[in-house]
Amino acid sequence: MKKMEIIEGYPKYIRESIELVEKTRDERLKHTFKDTYRFLTLEERNEVLLKHHPDYKRKMKRAVKIGPNKGDLVPHEIADLLEAHPLINPKDIDLSHIDYDTDILIIGSGGAGLATALWANKSGADPEDILIATKLRLGDANSKMSQAGIQAADRPQDSPMLHYLDIMGAGHFVNDRELAKTLVMEAPSIIKWHEDDLGVIYDKEQDGTMIETLIGGLSRLRVHSCRDYTGLEILRALMDKVLNLGINVLEFSSAIELIMDNRGQVAGAVLWNMETEEYTLVRAKSTVIATGGFGRLHIQGYPTTNHYGSTSDGLVLAYRVGAKFRDMDSVQYHPTGAAYPPAILGLLCTAKLRGQGAQPVNKHGEVFVNPLEPRDVEAAMIIRESYERNNGIETQTGMRGVWLDTPMVDMINGEGTILKAFPAMFRQYNRQDIDIRKDPILVFPTLHYQNGGIVINAKTETDIPGMFAAGEVTGGVHGKNRLVGNSWMEIQVFGRRAGIYAAERAKKAKLGKLTLNHVVKYEKVLEEAGIKTNRRSPVLLPNYKEERVLSHTIKVF
Amino acid sequence: MSEKKKTMATIYIMGKAYKVPSTLTIMESIEYAGYRFIRGCGCRGGFCGACTTFYRIKSDYKLYVDLACQKRVEDEMYIVQLPFIPAEKPKWDLDKMKPTTDEVIRVFPEITRCLSCNVCTEACPQDIEVMRAIQAIRRGDLEDAVNLTFDCVACGACSIRCPAEITHYQAFQLARGLYGKYRTIPSKHLLKRIEEIKEGKFDDEITRLVNTSTEKLEEEYKKREVEK
Repeated sequence: MKKMEIIEGYPKYIRESIELVEKTRDERLKHTFKDTYRFLTLEERNEVLLKHHPDYKRKMKRAVKIGPNKGDLVPHEIADLLEAHPLINPKDIDLSHIDYDTDILIIGSGGAGLATALWANKSGADPEDILIATKLRLGDANSKMSQAGIQAADRPQDSPMLHYLDIMGAGHFVNDRELAKTLVMEAPSIIKWHEDDLGVIYDKEQDGTMIETLIGGLSRLRVHSCRDYTGLEILRALMDKVLNLGINVLEFSSAIELIMDNRGQVAGAVLWNMETEEYTLVRAKSTVIATGGFGRLHIQGYPTTNHYGSTSDGLVLAYRVGAKFRDMDSVQYHPTGAAYPPAILGLLCTAKLRGQGAQPVNKHGEVFVNPLEPRDVEAAMIIRESYERNNGIETQTGMRGVWLDTPMVDMINGEGTILKAFPAMFRQYNRQDIDIRKDPILVFPTLHYQNGGIVINAKTETDIPGMFAAGEVTGGVHGKNRLVGNSWMEIQVFGRRAGIYAAERAKKAKLGKLTLNHVVKYEKVLEEAGIKTNRRSPVLLPNYKEERVLSHTIKVF
Repeated sequence: MSEKKKTMATIYIMGKAYKVPSTLTIMESIEYAGYRFIRGCGCRGGFCGACTTFYRIKSDYKLYVDLACQKRVEDEMYIVQLPFIPAEKPKWDLDKMKPTTDEVIRVFPEITRCLSCNVCTEACPQDIEVMRAIQAIRRGDLEDAVNLTFDCVACGACSIRCPAEITHYQAFQLARGLYGKYRTIPSKHLLKRIEEIKEGKFDDEITRLVNTSTEKLEEEYKKREVEK
């Protein structure tokens, strides 16, 4: 078998397209960011979304048969989770022996969970009375992988109102307005907290002025960053503070069911040790769901940018106690996921690259989209260009993509910008023998974010007393499409609020007799709805074993 | 494209041989072989340091380190993962400390035992100049230590290899925390905005937007000018 010739990371036939990109580059460099390609009108946006965005594809969703969202359309992958048997049989659980009795139980240790813990402590909860339970290691979350940054309207040219308008427009005007307002009004104080309390190192000018970027869907330069390791830098600072305070952490302990009491309150959770497979019981006066999103469910078979544990366990737990969801029909596909080489398929190519001038172009080197469009619109336009217009580049695996012209970053901002501002991106591609300073990269939309989720109010309370929720697991603030940099701000603003209000509740809440009756009831509801299935949920982790292995697996011990 | 047939590589997972497609990362190849991760797998994108992997290649004496989710397999690769580094996390309180390297050395006195052997740098899957950063702390240059270690994912490979038993990644976290808290210059525009919000400068306007009809909100959205 003849091996395909690879030249600096790319096969020869792909190199031919790169030459076309190089040919048009000088001309493209003459235009500023804003006038590279005209913006679509709201009507045109809707048209391209309807025709090309995966969310609007038919037969990819179904109406949920049971529970508070009965009749609502959600992706099959989510319906499968909800229409599934619980992992536990309540008969096997001895509720009279509680392993941990705590004021505040936080499920999840990403940015939302950690902010909750720190602000619960600031609001008077003793570190001893806070417990963080997390499925993998402390801080194993999408938060850590965020690259582009975090939004706060703090420049004189900017305002909370503009931030608000940008959020509402990108979210198709269906967002929870109170939540969106809360986000924009509290954002600047979060940045200050990060700097003063945690020592987060933001990108700044010599005189202290924040370096902020204009990215798709925004009307102002507003995205603060820490090189392209923004999530890592903030999260490790949060983790460090949590550990310094001595807040309790249980790692490799997945919450697999919530516990309620006979007064209809959520009163803790059943945890499951991922390694020893034993269960432990936590009784808590306030329970905060901060479990993140669903990328590893691979909605519609898409590759994802998400971390290994993003399986939306919190949604399942919340649904079983009767919490309602909103906007679960909408999924965010990040416009620029890696389409080549296969080893990094679906990984994020940060929006900040486009913010700094890298332009999406087709196989002929032509511009076909303004990179300042909101994420869902840009993703749909990339899909249209790759398929309907057949202007994508096909790789050896059959994957298609368009170019993201990364060498433009250094050409526009000066040599060395990529090394200084994009160390993560440079490193990721360099490991695959591609130098993003010299060559463009192939990109295609990738499953990125759960837009919808559990309904909360501005106090992060859910419909069920005792249960709070914050972060990606919730819905409302982003409507049907999130903007860049607003997820990190969301998890901080609402994580902080969850901490404050969970601590407040814990001071006066009285718990009754513990029960798992809701689990028994859920089984009954499944039966009544005629749902016959072997599925069980939450799924906790994806399974990437090959069919070849699975078909020969024998469970012996 | 005609090249549908996969080229395969032989890898040894803790000594046991498996044939895997050579396009896979180490992480994917372990899954291809039939394993399901609980440890040794985190973000799968090169940001978390959960999948630190040590390996050798046949006929090459050198011990290599990389992240399993980022490194592609090579033929005749002998691999073992090291998903956890045994190390106590010392507690500190940034509020009660000064932004100096002396503070870092006080918490991590092992730093002064550095032999300058450079195995830490050699071990780093992020290509951080770990030893230079340790030396920067020793000579009092906090800023240099911070800049050199900004890309650290705390995988701990350096600390496992270090003959002086330094836990570099923890010391670097302290250095960055001190620098970020005390040595970065406050942003005047940020402080001003926080003050304005506190004074209620935007209250009327934002309340008006929250209460306006969707049609009017759409109008305002369309009218807003994009900067630059």
